[in-house]
Amino acid sequence: MDADMTDQTKTDTAQTGPAGLVGVSTEPGAKKPDPILVADSITRTFGGLTAVDVEHVEIQRGAITALIGPNGAGKTTFFNLLTGFDQPNTGSWSLEGKSLKGVAPYKVARLGMVRTFQLTKVLAKLTVIENMRLGATGQKGERIWAAPFKFLWGKQEDEVTNKADELLARFMLDKKREDFAGSLSGGQRKLLEMARALMVDPEVVMLDEPMAGVNPALKQSLLGHVKSLRDEGRTVLFVEHDMDMVRDISDWVIVMAQGKIVAEGTPESVMADQRVIDAYLGAHHDTDLSELDEARLEAEVEAEIAQEEDSK
Amino acid sequence: MRKRLYRVLVALIGALMVLMVGSTVAAQATETPPPDATAIQVTLQDEANKDAQGNPKPIEGVTLVVTKDGDKVGEGVTDAKGVAIIEVEELGKHVVSLDEKSLPSGTVLDENTKNEATVQVRFQGPNNRAIFPIGVTAGEQSSFGKDLAQNLRAGIVFALVLCLAALGFSLIFGTTGLSNFAHGELLTFGALMAWTFDQLFKTGGLATVSVILAGIIAVVLGGVGGYVQDKVLWGPLRRRGTGLIAMMIVSIGLSIFLRYLYQYFYSSSTRSVSQYSGQQREEHWYYLGLAFADREAITVLISIVTITVVCLWLAKSRMGKAMRAVSDNPALAASSGLRVDGVITNAWVIGAALTALSGVLYALTLQVNVFMGMRILLVIFAAVTLGGLGTIWGSLVGSLVIGLVYELGPLFGVPTSIKEVGPLLIMIVILLVRPQGILGRKERLG
Amino acid sequence: MDILDILRAALQQALGPQAIVFVLAAIGLNIHFGYTGLLNFGQAGFVAAGAYGMAVTVVTFDAPFWIGVLMAIVAPLVLAVILGVPTLRLRADYLAIVTIAAAEVLRFVFGAVETKDTFGGSNGLNGYAKPFQEANPFSSGLDLGIVSFGRNDLWSLTVGWALVALCCLLVWALMRSPWGRVLRSIREDEDAVRSLGKNVFAYKMQALALGGVIGGLGGLFLALKQASVVPSDYSTLMTFYAFAALLLGGAGRVMGPVIGAFVFWFLIAGLGSFFSQSAGDGGWIPEVIMTDTQASLIRYIMLGLAIMLLMIFRPQGIIGDRREIAIDGR
Repeated sequence: MDADMTDQTKTDTAQTGPAGLVGVSTEPGAKKPDPILVADSITRTFGGLTAVDVEHVEIQRGAITALIGPNGAGKTTFFNLLTGFDQPNTGSWSLEGKSLKGVAPYKVARLGMVRTFQLTKVLAKLTVIENMRLGATGQKGERIWAAPFKFLWGKQEDEVTNKADELLARFMLDKKREDFAGSLSGGQRKLLEMARALMVDPEVVMLDEPMAGVNPALKQSLLGHVKSLRDEGRTVLFVEHDMDMVRDISDWVIVMAQGKIVAEGTPESVMADQRVIDAYLGAHHDTDLSELDEARLEAEVEAEIAQEEDSK
Repeated sequence: MRKRLYRVLVALIGALMVLMVGSTVAAQATETPPPDATAIQVTLQDEANKDAQGNPKPIEGVTLVVTKDGDKVGEGVTDAKGVAIIEVEELGKHVVSLDEKSLPSGTVLDENTKNEATVQVRFQGPNNRAIFPIGVTAGEQSSFGKDLAQNLRAGIVFALVLCLAALGFSLIFGTTGLSNFAHGELLTFGALMAWTFDQLFKTGGLATVSVILAGIIAVVLGGVGGYVQDKVLWGPLRRRGTGLIAMMIVSIGLSIFLRYLYQYFYSSSTRSVSQYSGQQREEHWYYLGLAFADREAITVLISIVTITVVCLWLAKSRMGKAMRAVSDNPALAASSGLRVDGVITNAWVIGAALTALSGVLYALTLQVNVFMGMRILLVIFAAVTLGGLGTIWGSLVGSLVIGLVYELGPLFGVPTSIKEVGPLLIMIVILLVRPQGILGRKERLG
Repeated sequence: MDILDILRAALQQALGPQAIVFVLAAIGLNIHFGYTGLLNFGQAGFVAAGAYGMAVTVVTFDAPFWIGVLMAIVAPLVLAVILGVPTLRLRADYLAIVTIAAAEVLRFVFGAVETKDTFGGSNGLNGYAKPFQEANPFSSGLDLGIVSFGRNDLWSLTVGWALVALCCLLVWALMRSPWGRVLRSIREDEDAVRSLGKNVFAYKMQALALGGVIGGLGGLFLALKQASVVPSDYSTLMTFYAFAALLLGGAGRVMGPVIGAFVFWFLIAGLGSFFSQSAGDGGWIPEVIMTDTQASLIRYIMLGLAIMLLMIFRPQGIIGDRREIAIDGR
């Protein structure tokens, strides 16, 4: 019996990454064998509308988890809440057991959870390599006292540059090294943002719609890059509309609708799930449209506008 | 010896505004034997302090300084009769200013009343009299209750006039998002135009309605000015996609440009509509069948009517609704078929006209100066931020609060010489605590 | 009309102490606006804090001269912290309004009758600059043919331009460092910088304080040079002139403020001299069109126009790079 127990724990610790997701329940809020990110009873309201109302969610370490859902489901808001860019009304969440409640966004990033943005935020008037260098953490030259004296930070800067060049090569941006980031195409900006996030050496990478506005030719290479993140042992959580991408690369899918998590599971099981179909087509897709609550629709639209303005 | 007791509503725009009642001192000319030289002659008497026969007591030992074109040309001290004779060398316009520090203790100038007067030296000889529209109160005579009533009145007038300018600012800010630093110059424009046309009409057959006519023309011209500004400057900039910050800096340039252009044509001297200084002032107002104090009443009436009309218009009319829609969400308004650019032009015209009206009313109750707009600009900012930038009701409430704070602040410990500090501090605090203003929605902010 | 005279007047101003004050104020603004994107419209307040920091310490509190100098640096620093803690979270145009209001409040308080005992009222303070004047090593003035400076001016100029050189060197060293990179990134997009683990607020505060202190040095210099501080010197126009100089030279460039302020004062003084010669007695412009007083206003009218046109057509200024500037003038 004792041997059994130790065996059990051994398998538990071994249950990291995609492998650990085999056999996990598909109910919303299912327990994962090795969660890196755990959130509990998170709510966020805008005016009268509850944009996010998540009871419990766990994100498996070392796996690629997709967060999908129809427009206005609260995915991006949930992202903002997890990364500290917005504060929830209630709830608690933690990264590797460390609570992130009330932690400023920059500290969240330092703890190893870095995000990208739906509308890319490359620094248009800096060159690509400068964008990359900015990502490096713990730079001595970023302290005002040390900044004027190059001998204090010059060596570190070289190391940072080397690392940046490697990443640029990997993301095939090395030819654009000296270009202003503003001159890049939409897809290249997504790549740059991802590469820049990697300069932080994050444990968890959060990608907000990495495929939006990317031309099909670049999509494949982007997919490869996301997979390579997992292969390096990082955890990836991404929001996406592109179902092909979700099916292609995600190990686990979480479906949100109207602020709630309605289903979880492997891509295949989720695509077949009646709850997901309901969420996308509307639970009332076989009832008369006029029965839809107009007031609620209106409130949703307003909340979305408000959210957009909030994030400006 | 003729005695006049001027009841004057003096205010420097954005800086000072005071109602003088009761215990004023009239400084006036006397028939003292003159010296041979050309001179200005001033007498100071304390109305608040009469002797047994009811004659006002002269004020002795007060320093008076005469300047011409900013250079000091003479100085005099009043004697035991309260008379000072100050020699000057040339004819022309001189400014006599009173050194407040030399007033005897217990006598102070009525709060922030202008301590200078302009004298036209027309004659060789000493008969050039300085008529001071200066109020002096004996310090111990003012009671808190009386002060409160006075300042409340001044505050309401100020608040309402401010409200018009703030409404104009809000309309433009709401539809364009521009923090227009040249907004004060729109106000100055209204005041200057009112003054100009009043000068034109007051001697002709239209003299009886000179001020009214001048005011109407000024408001119309203000609207036209807004239209031209939008067509020539802001519209093209919007279409180029110029950023808001860049536009804001352009508006600073515009404000400097206009201010000095005004000064070029109108010089920096302070004027008043229809002979504000001297007896003609009152006579002129009798043309309109109004006693002097009615000026305030008229101002209040015009302001309230205009504000009501504008608010109703915004609430009911098609264009008003369109304007609010654009303020709310320009992109949404455009996609639902509104001609956003046309709406913005409308906002400019109406905003500028309202601001010009505000300037006209200032010109009526206070004085006209090319710098008046610049001085009031921050107070307008304070009013609209307090209420919530870009919201109409917000700017109404904000202006009322700021106007009253401005005038009542001194009663509660704000030093009178720096009354502006009150509104500015309130604005700073509001921006820190509740950046969306009292009535603004939080969602409006980024 | 004497072209040489005009040139002389223009150069005298452009190299003179007045220009130095604005160079320093504009260098500060360059850190705020050009590099970090902070719209500080209250730079005059920082300059005033520097000047009054010096004067009040020495005159009102009878402290030694060098403590006054120290206070001229500490006062803007304190102002930056007081202003920055609450306002740096605000939107750009709100920050502009708060800073301009704060600067005006400072000026009103400095000039108020009620605070006369401390700040000297509208006449200001004087009588603190003696150690500065006594330290003058020059025995005579300098005559360069076209421009000449008296003994006192020469000393002020030496100190002033040395100060400018030091500040430029500092800005150059800072802006090529990773620290400067963070500032420029904040100017572009705060949230992106936040998402990469940088404490944006701390950087903004450092930028505000540094720029404020350099502006304060401008105030210290002005106070020493004219041996008196007067509140009316520190009006919002000072801020706007400094902004004009910065935009003219090129925001976000180390030498932008220096070149800008030089050109700014060259033009202001040159135009002033040109029109004062042209109008009035012996000028070619008839009195009806332009009197002497009006002639002195032309340059300001043109200044306003210049700010507008610059912002619209060449927001990068003389030496700026359009792809790199803070503002989108398009």
